[in-house]
Amino acid sequence: RAVESQIEGQCAPVDSLWRRYSEFELLRNYLSVTYPHIVVPPLPEKRADFVWHKLSADNMDPDFVERRRMGLENFLLRVASHPVLCQDKIFHSFLTQEGGWKEMVNETGFQLKADSRLKALNATFRVKNPDKRFTELKHYSDELQSVISHLLRVRARVADRLYGVYKVHGNYGRVFSEWSAIEKEMGDGLQSAGHHMDVYAASIDDILEEEEHYADQLKEYLFYAEALRAVCRKHELMQYDLEMAAQDLTSKKQQCEELATGTVRTFSLKGMTSKLFGQETPEQREAKIKVLEEQIQEGEEQLKSKNLEGRDFVKSAWADIERFKEQKNHDLKEALISYAVMQISMCKKGIQVWTNAKECFSKM
Amino acid sequence: AASAPKTLPSSGPKSLREMSHPLATSSSEEMGPALTPSPDLLLPRSIADKDLSLPNGTPVDTSSPASSSSLLNRLQLDDDLDVETRDLFVTVDDPKKHVCTMETYITYRVTTKTTRAEFDLPEYSVRRRYQDFDWLRNKLEESQPTHLIPPLPEKFVVKGVVDRFSEEFVETRRKALDKFLKRITDHPVLSFNEHFNVFLTAKDLNAYKKQGMALLSKVGESVKYVTGGYKLRIRPLEFAAIGDYLDTFSLKLGTIDRIAQRIIKEQLEYLVELREYGPVYSTWGGLEVELSEPLEGVSACIGNCCTALEELSEDMTEEFLPVLREYILYAESMKNVLKKRDQVQAEYEAKLEAVALKKEDRPKVPTDVEKCQDRVECFNADLKADMERWQNNKRQDFRQLLMGMADKNIQYYEKCLTAWESIIPLLQDKPE
Repeated sequence: RAVESQIEGQCAPVDSLWRRYSEFELLRNYLSVTYPHIVVPPLPEKRADFVWHKLSADNMDPDFVERRRMGLENFLLRVASHPVLCQDKIFHSFLTQEGGWKEMVNETGFQLKADSRLKALNATFRVKNPDKRFTELKHYSDELQSVISHLLRVRARVADRLYGVYKVHGNYGRVFSEWSAIEKEMGDGLQSAGHHMDVYAASIDDILEEEEHYADQLKEYLFYAEALRAVCRKHELMQYDLEMAAQDLTSKKQQCEELATGTVRTFSLKGMTSKLFGQETPEQREAKIKVLEEQIQEGEEQLKSKNLEGRDFVKSAWADIERFKEQKNHDLKEALISYAVMQISMCKKGIQVWTNAKECFSKM
Repeated sequence: AASAPKTLPSSGPKSLREMSHPLATSSSEEMGPALTPSPDLLLPRSIADKDLSLPNGTPVDTSSPASSSSLLNRLQLDDDLDVETRDLFVTVDDPKKHVCTMETYITYRVTTKTTRAEFDLPEYSVRRRYQDFDWLRNKLEESQPTHLIPPLPEKFVVKGVVDRFSEEFVETRRKALDKFLKRITDHPVLSFNEHFNVFLTAKDLNAYKKQGMALLSKVGESVKYVTGGYKLRIRPLEFAAIGDYLDTFSLKLGTIDRIAQRIIKEQLEYLVELREYGPVYSTWGGLEVELSEPLEGVSACIGNCCTALEELSEDMTEEFLPVLREYILYAESMKNVLKKRDQVQAEYEAKLEAVALKKEDRPKVPTDVEKCQDRVECFNADLKADMERWQNNKRQDFRQLLMGMADKNIQYYEKCLTAWESIIPLLQDKPE
């Protein structure tokens, strides 16, 4: 497929991959801003995280680089298979255009659309009528992030300990060999059993290497949770802006009414000062009312379009969220199955090795 | 000097190897309790064939299923054994806790079934505690200094806070005590020791113990054997080889013990992490709808693996390590016997030299030098025979021990395999 061959063309040496990573980041930022209602696929980790002691935390480590390359490839496949994102022109040119792509992206001016408030993750915006579904979804994404992080941390420790158990068995190999040297009848059995202990100890490396793929699958969804949260956040901000706009409109209308009828319903310093130091002229008042009426009209139009925007957002966001949910359930189930299959394979290997050792012992 | 090999007058189990034991009939004072000739059992044949009634006419009960003959039949199926006549069977079982004002302790039932003339009755059942076994061992060491006495499990529990009265500890000890007595039972000389007889039969062992000093047999004057001060000229090659072998053997066993302990430690640390790992899947399952069951399934699966691992570590601690340690102790006690042998030889050589230097007319070799020579040859022969027996037992014991270790690991992996295989259908299930 054209997409895949392009990806292969981008498997460049390490330092150009680093540059490419920033381009991937640029692409993703662009997509996030341009499609705020979409749960945008996440990038693989920039730095090695959740490592256990044998796994290198070095970003230049070839294994890490390779896994990150696969993660980037996966990212592109995710985008390519998304019904909306796959049609984006910037995405197409990312895959096809060698030079000048960066400039092209910047020319879209997407940075202007980017809401800087999204970066302030912990800032709270009081929304008076929150959409329950989004609130629940945000809560879910927070919990999901927390639980997957925990899972990945513990898994790394489990891998570490398992590694230790297997490797210590290698010592049996050596001591059995030494012992067999002083034995007559028992010697052969001990020696060959020792060999199997060495095999056992060595087998853990491949086993844990495979498990890293499972960890990567979990990590993808850890980062997906972040993307999900971002959509909820954008909705929250949208809702906030809507409420602010509505509030502003209401107060302007009120102001207008007060000016028109001359009644002061609410206390205001201006009102007091004008009472004390003389009222405005009717002409001044008329001018003010006119301005306000214009603003009100503008405001009402804006509110209308904001409402429409909001409804559209909710509709399309929710559609993508449903799509995402199905994808997530499918992918994670597959991941769990492959994990179980890995465990089964590990158990079978263990049975094999110990059965072989037992046979050697029986010949002692 | 040793006489030519005569036909064996002793009763009791004899493998074909034992038939030419050169010193079996020499001066009985050297051999401890006299070997009673019993014409019935000169040649090994099935116990079922012979007249099982004892010399005093008491018939032996063979009707019960656990009787000697059926036990022997079961034994004869074992390829490892020669077709031996076994007429002594000892078992240790039924541990019971005794709570007294001064102390709390465990006693074990020691059951004996025999057709030997040395025993008044065909069956005995007595209760013994650890210190009784300890006493027996000391007595055997004293009275049979030329033989290898099997070791006892450790007296004091050193490591960690181990409950002396826990089921596991008591069971491990019981097995070791059973093995100890069975090894003595299998020994053609030790099994006829009078202290052993009393241990198996006496209702009141403590009364017998008190007579201890008076009954010390002439040979059991371990003082003589332990006398130092004699320097050994040349250690015969074969005993030097045994010494070297035991040194290396102990070393290797020590290493294996440390490795096994390290593995258990690593497994327990792995277990700690697994115990945290499993529940996280469960927590996650609580967040999800469609994935709830699969995640719970994985969590339960990991839990099962935890249980299996726990069982493996327990088995290794309770069954593997104690046997290993027993053999290390065994090697230690054997080295002591070797030292004693060296001493006996050194004494003989010194006395011989002293005589040679006297330049007297020697009509004949003085009797005490002759006695020393006898002692040396006796000791050497006993030791050689015991070493052979020990080597064979050792091979069998380690074969069984290591096969057991492999088995336990296989069982562990099989349990985990079953757990993981059983959740595959659960994971693949598509809810409608």
